[in-house]
Amino acid sequence: MENNRGNKYSIRQRILSSKLTFTILSIIMGLLVGAIVLLIAGFNPVQAYRIMIDGVFSRTKYISYAIIYATPLIITGLSVTFAFRTGLFNIGAEGQYIIGALVATLIGYFLELPLVIHVIVVFLFAAIAAGLWGGIAGFLKAKFGVHEVIATIMLNWIALYLNNYLVMRPFLRRPESESSYDILDSASITILEKWKYSETGREWLSAHPYIKDFLSAPANLGFIIAILLAILVWYILNRTTLGYELRAVGFNKDAAEYGGIKVEKSIITSMMIAGALAGSAGALQVMGVTKNVIMLPVMEGYGFDGIAVALIGGTTAIGNIFSGLLFGALQYGGPKIQPPLGAPSEVVDIMIGTIVLFIAIPKLFKIIMNARKRGEKNAK
Amino acid sequence: MSNIDFNHKVVEMKNITKKFGDFTANDNINLTVHKGEVHALLGENGAGKTTLMNVLYGLYQPTSGEIYIREEKTSIEDPNVAIKKGIGMVHQHFMLVQPFTVAENIILGMETTRGISLDMKKAVEDVKKLSDKYGLYVDPNAKIQDISVGMQQRVEILKALYRGAEILILDEPTAVLTPQEIEDLIEIIRSLTEQGKTIIIITHKLKEIKMTSNYCTIIRRGKRIDTVKVSETSEDDLASKMVGREVNFKVVKKEREKGNTSIKIDNLVVKDNRGINAVDGLSLEINSGEILGLAGIDGNGQSELIEALNGLRYVDSGKIFMNGKDITNKSPKEVLDNNVAVIPEDRQKRGLVLDFSMAENMILENYHKEPFSKRGILSYNNIENFAKDLIKRFDVRPENEKIKAKALSGGNQQKVIIAREVTNDPDLLIASQPTRGLDVGAIEYVHNALVEQRDKGKAVFLVSLELDEIMNVSDRIAVIYEGKIVGIIDAKDADEKTLGLMMAGGGKDGE
Repeated sequence: MENNRGNKYSIRQRILSSKLTFTILSIIMGLLVGAIVLLIAGFNPVQAYRIMIDGVFSRTKYISYAIIYATPLIITGLSVTFAFRTGLFNIGAEGQYIIGALVATLIGYFLELPLVIHVIVVFLFAAIAAGLWGGIAGFLKAKFGVHEVIATIMLNWIALYLNNYLVMRPFLRRPESESSYDILDSASITILEKWKYSETGREWLSAHPYIKDFLSAPANLGFIIAILLAILVWYILNRTTLGYELRAVGFNKDAAEYGGIKVEKSIITSMMIAGALAGSAGALQVMGVTKNVIMLPVMEGYGFDGIAVALIGGTTAIGNIFSGLLFGALQYGGPKIQPPLGAPSEVVDIMIGTIVLFIAIPKLFKIIMNARKRGEKNAK
Repeated sequence: MSNIDFNHKVVEMKNITKKFGDFTANDNINLTVHKGEVHALLGENGAGKTTLMNVLYGLYQPTSGEIYIREEKTSIEDPNVAIKKGIGMVHQHFMLVQPFTVAENIILGMETTRGISLDMKKAVEDVKKLSDKYGLYVDPNAKIQDISVGMQQRVEILKALYRGAEILILDEPTAVLTPQEIEDLIEIIRSLTEQGKTIIIITHKLKEIKMTSNYCTIIRRGKRIDTVKVSETSEDDLASKMVGREVNFKVVKKEREKGNTSIKIDNLVVKDNRGINAVDGLSLEINSGEILGLAGIDGNGQSELIEALNGLRYVDSGKIFMNGKDITNKSPKEVLDNNVAVIPEDRQKRGLVLDFSMAENMILENYHKEPFSKRGILSYNNIENFAKDLIKRFDVRPENEKIKAKALSGGNQQKVIIAREVTNDPDLLIASQPTRGLDVGAIEYVHNALVEQRDKGKAVFLVSLELDEIMNVSDRIAVIYEGKIVGIIDAKDADEKTLGLMMAGGGKDGE
């Protein structure tokens, strides 16, 4: 009954109880804790933050880089979000990303296709392969009750070693290197890649310094595709019968089953879509930035960071775009405090950790808020 | 019958107001309870009776008002203070450690020790002494997971007594009990008051107030309506004071015409989660145009039977025919397509997706059909219009289809489910404990909805642990015992004693 009165609450109360407010508060707390750590370590936090802000916004090249950093994180964040909304915890975005990148390299290098078509084919194959990879965990959960966290962690390592095995085979390895051959130019999504180094390109760009600066980073179409994917994820979850089924299963498996929804099928479908998303992150990274895959000594962390991105984004599709950008900016701008100040760039990790921690415990804010209210009342 | 000592006011709550934001849960409530008294707090769901008791137990702080315990002003900041003051509360949902023994649960937090080691022997003796004293017989060495719900409640009461409780608050104590267990509880309450304990019962069951309580305070929408002497008040009076209008207890039914066989269950065997035959060779036929009530003590295979009919549980042997068609071991969707709708026993677990809006819940079985969706794309326009219509027709409150199901009261949640199931226009409506936890007004509503189905010439299968409900609503009554039907009698010939005997496995000869 109490909840029925929700619309009667004042605007102030509504703002205080909204999810977005908690997220913003958490980000501020992250920045504060980062500042305190810097202060304790003997650095001037104001100076450090200024360097970070300048390091992201002072040149169009920096902005371009921050966006490039953000792109794969937005998409792995979407992958985690999608699974999460269906009641599954996808720790496997990392492995699905690796599979996506690997398949993108194979198709991008071995298959010769015309310009636009090549990109589409690479993208689809990578997404499908990673989707199947994710589907394995879904299948294991649906049929044998293997917890998806366990299954995806193991699949991550299988993906890593599969990648390393294939990269080192003579058919794929670029001689004398630790990496594969580069994909063909027809499979690249880097913006104006050839043109910007051509005679006419150079001439035009020198007359337009901001655009030149922006394009001096490997600016690519990935970010636009990431936004399209976010909209697609939102649409699937909220406007289709598939999304209805998946959300019903995520919220209440028993009621979904009773309503005639096939729970096992939903679990597999959800993991496949989550896998396809993470895989497309890998494919876009190969087509837009790296052009190849390398022998991986450790996990790259795109998938794991995706978990944090999803949480900060409130496990909503659109929220991921913003939290991904925040993450990209922090990861790109953060390390810049090291050379001039000698301050450790690990501060960024501390900040991100703090943000996630505070987002995970919104109750703490509520307790603090209530304590304050009580304090006010007692003062009266 | 009275053990009241009017010279001792044990609890006095004066002008208690409790607000949650703008919402006033308790509005200036006064309550006085004397030593040895059984005082009932009566009110609909959400009326504020549990809130008031949570204030007394220190779980909430009152916005304004004063509490006197034994005529001494007391500020009860948390339950520890309440316990020290001799107040004990038995919650509706028990708080026991399942794998622990009875004695271990009772002493939890106040362990008897010898040196640094736990003195279990003394604990067991203490528990035995305590249970003898109050006639609360339990086996101190049995594990909680192995004893019945009624026994678990005794353990909760003993737990409070072990902590020195003089005032016991029982929150909806009979909600989970079988008729026999309820009788035992009434006996226990009597014996406790004889020994000078004071008891406050939160309930919305009128019959039990008549049987147990001396005084009754009625609360409606956060306000105290009246305090009455129970022996001088009728059930009808109590009900109208609680709801604020006249309540019809008797279900009005037209004479029925016997229809064709709707569902035929033939020699059904279904296993429970432990792999034991819960439904063990059960046969039953339900005709269209009748309400068949299934009476039985909880745990005799009712849940498993419903799940099997619903397609959620595997049928080991036997057959189910709906309108002559075999629907044994079909999926829930196929069962639904054969015009069987189910109001599930646990509405929050099976019936609703609590985080979905009311509108989304109302299409749970039909989301994939037009007009709610077309080629996989949902039409929220059509869904919300449909929901608005149902909300009006079934009087669901609040009238906002976008509100989440978890924000609705129990009665309104049930209305959402009933609206959805009845709109499916099923040939057979299975209602499993459809009024559990609902107040009188909502119960009346649910019963009318079932009768309406029957009057339309459809079959209704009512499964309930409330014998009154079964006798009141059904045309025929079948009794289930250990997974078998032990007898079927016409509702007109049924009386509580016969049914009770059959439910206990006595059977009815010659049937």
